[in-house]
Amino acid sequence: MNEKIDALLRQVQRPARYVGGEYNQVVKDKADVDVRFAFCFPDTYEIGMSNLGMKILYGVLNDMPGVWCERVFAPWGDMADRLRQEHIPLWALESGDPLEDFDIIAFSLGYEMAYTTVLDMLDMGHIPLRAKDRPGLEHLVMAGGGCICNIEPMADFFDLCFLGEGEDVDREAVELYRRAKAEGWTKERYLREAARIEGVYVPSLYDISYNAGGTVAAITPKDGAPAKVRKRIVEDFDGCYYPTRPVVPSTEIVHDRVSLEVFRGCIRGCRFCQAGHTNRPVRSRSPETLLRLGKETLENAGYQELNLSSLSTSDYRGLSELCDGLLDYCRPRGISLSLPSLRADNFSMDIMQRVQQVRKSGLTFAPEAGTQRLRDVINKNVTEEDLLNSCRIAFEGGWNNVKLYFMLGLPTETDEDVLGIAELAKKVFWTWKQHAANKSRGVRITVSTSEFIPKPHTPFQWEAQISREEYLRRVDLLTDALSRTKSVTYNWHDAEMSLVEAALARGDRRVGAVIEDVWRRGGRLESWSEYFRLDRWLEAFPACGLDIDFYGTRERPVDELLPWEHMDCAVSRRHLERERERAYEGVLTPDCRAGCAGCGAASLLKEGVCRG
Amino acid sequence: MDKLRLRFSKTGRAVYISHLDLMRTMQRVFSRAGVPLKYSEGFNPHAKISLILPLSVGTASLCEYMDFALTEDRDLAALPAALNPYMPEGIEALEAYEAPGKGAELRWLRLAGVMKGGRDAAFYRDFFARSSIPAEHRAKRGMRTDDIAPSIKMARFTDIDGGAEAELILHAQEPTVSPELMMTALGEDAPAYFRFTRLEAYREDMTPFR
Repeated sequence: MNEKIDALLRQVQRPARYVGGEYNQVVKDKADVDVRFAFCFPDTYEIGMSNLGMKILYGVLNDMPGVWCERVFAPWGDMADRLRQEHIPLWALESGDPLEDFDIIAFSLGYEMAYTTVLDMLDMGHIPLRAKDRPGLEHLVMAGGGCICNIEPMADFFDLCFLGEGEDVDREAVELYRRAKAEGWTKERYLREAARIEGVYVPSLYDISYNAGGTVAAITPKDGAPAKVRKRIVEDFDGCYYPTRPVVPSTEIVHDRVSLEVFRGCIRGCRFCQAGHTNRPVRSRSPETLLRLGKETLENAGYQELNLSSLSTSDYRGLSELCDGLLDYCRPRGISLSLPSLRADNFSMDIMQRVQQVRKSGLTFAPEAGTQRLRDVINKNVTEEDLLNSCRIAFEGGWNNVKLYFMLGLPTETDEDVLGIAELAKKVFWTWKQHAANKSRGVRITVSTSEFIPKPHTPFQWEAQISREEYLRRVDLLTDALSRTKSVTYNWHDAEMSLVEAALARGDRRVGAVIEDVWRRGGRLESWSEYFRLDRWLEAFPACGLDIDFYGTRERPVDELLPWEHMDCAVSRRHLERERERAYEGVLTPDCRAGCAGCGAASLLKEGVCRG
Repeated sequence: MDKLRLRFSKTGRAVYISHLDLMRTMQRVFSRAGVPLKYSEGFNPHAKISLILPLSVGTASLCEYMDFALTEDRDLAALPAALNPYMPEGIEALEAYEAPGKGAELRWLRLAGVMKGGRDAAFYRDFFARSSIPAEHRAKRGMRTDDIAPSIKMARFTDIDGGAEAELILHAQEPTVSPELMMTALGEDAPAYFRFTRLEAYREDMTPFR
């Protein structure tokens, strides 16, 4: 560290997050490297280093000879201000080299509120924001992650995007880049060639035209780009790369543990859930593989905690066997095992008791809606009986801390459904009173609500979001209904951020100007309440000639051409339309194991049959 | 094996690792190296390790000490070589042995450093040669002013480009005087930038601490 940087690091909070040097970081000799890849996470070190996708792709890319992938995170406000004052460009952690020294600058996007941070990081790295202002092959800006299923609002900033899982497609795009660089291709030629790779989306190869009312009229591919970009998956998930040598942070991060991904996709078809629809079909690792990967990673990292991650871990077929095997290893070593939020329906006392032997945490359930009617509408296959039964087992087992998550503003929701949340919370309290193993310790029941956000590629992608005023009215209704139950704490997320998230999630290409405008007004790290400001967005939309309600609170007719219709996540539009109809009828669709609903995702598999 | 001591250095990029983060990092190093630390009993077991003298973020050290206990017998001479492959960049285990005494016996530290963007060596020399040097520091109950002069055994300064080089011997425990506290005492004459390295630790009678 030179004195200038050292002096700066002494003036900021938690400087360890800016210097790299952690155990297992990959350092290569620049003489042996022909492609330098900056993996940028548009959030803080603490968040980015907790992200499994980043660990996977860091490993995959660094396993390629001649490719050096380094990490870049968004600095916290104090550091960002100091860097700008001193005119020091944003650097990558491993080499300390500025972003400008990299061939490829790639962003992982899992959350719309990170969009302004992408622009901020490019700017801090002295990289032009818009793809058209970067004429050469150097500084190619790419993006991947969950947001790519509608990346239109960011389309003007990225040269190339990856739809779906990155393990294979990232490698292929980098190999092609290596060839392009060696042979001196133009950027245009590289992008044309890359667009032929399945899963690659080159936004500049699509012309978008609009109707007078502002809806999309046509999405027209050019220069041989496919009419629809098909999502990539890793079919053999059991044999898929897993980062058993992760970079171990020397400073505390959010999820400082081994995260073992048991399966991808989800057998449930919750109609509001984007991840459950865009990550299909389900592919699992065997308990033997997971046990081996888990042990290996714990040994290499020295972590004291292992988490079993997936969209719905209690649906993992080998869960019992896996937990037994892991506990045999973890217990004598003082390593704790954690499970993410459990489904109330197949929640097993057995597994819960075994897992709690090392360390006991609170229990989290997500019924999502307060009445059976509304749970049927959203296809959340959980009954009140399931939930109360699970709670009874938990309370008998000595738990006294239960968290319940709900959404407000789901399609067809009435005041009765809102009040149903309070009723359910009260029933959970009565269940505790009747069955608690030890009542003297009291009980903590936490009810949390957030606002429903209609997301692309879900059966609710056409739905209107309720207004902020209406959300707050429902919050008041629920607050009042819960006010007389003193063991229940009610937390609600403000709707301000949801309003923006909804507009960005279903935005079209014109929204890019709004994002840039908000960034110019100082917007960055906007998923943090410390930095988020609604007024910037409310000013920027009209300043760009757009209406935020057009994107958020407007219901879209089913025959409207949606801005993301050229993104093919393998679940057919027909399936989504059918599911929406069933939602209105309150008809449940069985999970993938109980019966195939013919969503279309099986077509991604060689044999065309998914095994759930 | 109880009452063991590790001497290690913390330099380069590792100087930004905070005291608490270093505790966690050391636990993981032992775990990765397969050297089993002893854990406390109880509901939330924690490794029995203690860093004798907390090191400020930004200060390097060639003489850090950590006390620890193991659940099994190990060849202590071979321990540094067993741990070092598992360290983050900038931390190096130098020596492991049975602690000959308590950590509280560590009383003096010799440090070297640079001070830039302030006054010259002659100024600092005169300033720290005074018989009384009041310095305000955060104490348990609000701010407190102490005379740090008795805690400065040696303070040598030489001019270098843009500032001064310093060599110090400071009282390390009860009371603790750090280079930061000396800079605070300088008030408006404090350098804009300073960086120090702990070189060696001593007992009260200036015999080397081990």
